[in-house]
Amino acid sequence: MQPVNSHLFLLVGAGLFSIGLAVVLLKRHAIVVLMGIELMLNAVNINLVAFSQYDPNRLQGQMLSLFVMVVAAAESAVALAIVMQVYRHFRTAQLDELNELKQ
Amino acid sequence: MVQLAFYFFAALTLGGALAVLLTRNVLYAAFFLLLTLFGVAGLFVLASADFLAIAQIMIYVGGVLVLVIFGVMLTHKPERPADTNSQQPNRIISASRFAKGAGWIIPVLVVGALFVALQTLLARANFSLLDQPAGWQNTTPVIGKQLMTEYVVPFEIAGILLLASLVGATYLAASHTKPSRHATR
Repeated sequence: MQPVNSHLFLLVGAGLFSIGLAVVLLKRHAIVVLMGIELMLNAVNINLVAFSQYDPNRLQGQMLSLFVMVVAAAESAVALAIVMQVYRHFRTAQLDELNELKQ
Repeated sequence: MVQLAFYFFAALTLGGALAVLLTRNVLYAAFFLLLTLFGVAGLFVLASADFLAIAQIMIYVGGVLVLVIFGVMLTHKPERPADTNSQQPNRIISASRFAKGAGWIIPVLVVGALFVALQTLLARANFSLLDQPAGWQNTTPVIGKQLMTEYVVPFEIAGILLLASLVGATYLAASHTKPSRHATR
């Protein structure tokens, strides 16, 4: 049971962060943009956990990624509520069509 | 064996993320996000973070993804079927990519440059810590001890943050028309 080389975890984290950034920049539905933000937070968590396995007594990386998960859950709840209100107001959730402050 | 499991979970993670990027349907994107989150949980297990893997499945798959799917279904718009531009939010696969949908070139360039920069950075960084293999360990007792000693203040602040954000989300998502009219009459 030889553990995996940690460089590969960092490579997977880099790829996942890039794909998440691409989702945020390219997609036009508000909820898909939120999914891209979740992908970037997961990539950061992979990096934190990959470094944290060399710190078995304090596990600072895993503690930080636990708090990142909590903040991500709170963020997605508030953001989805805002998207719901925006959809109720403008009858759309496409970000390109939301170009007025008041309607 | 462990290497094979690692490559399986890495392929699941990156393939799910690429499918989120490339699919046109918002609901399919939510289901591909499920694949990605399971893959990340498997990678956590292989990095000897068992508690975080279970927390990932419970928080993301059980909470955030259910919220996202509810949001997709509540903001889905079945009318206006002629407007294919809003139903297909992906500019890469659109047919008129060179006519008017050329806005995807700069984001793709930025993302590709970021990935190449991160890769060269990781190749040149030469972490001496990562060359020695880390052993498997059980992290749940250490996390419990850390939450009650060193991280007790962030733990309580996280609890207050969750309470405040969920109350705020409930207030934001509620419709304010009916109770005010009922209170005045």
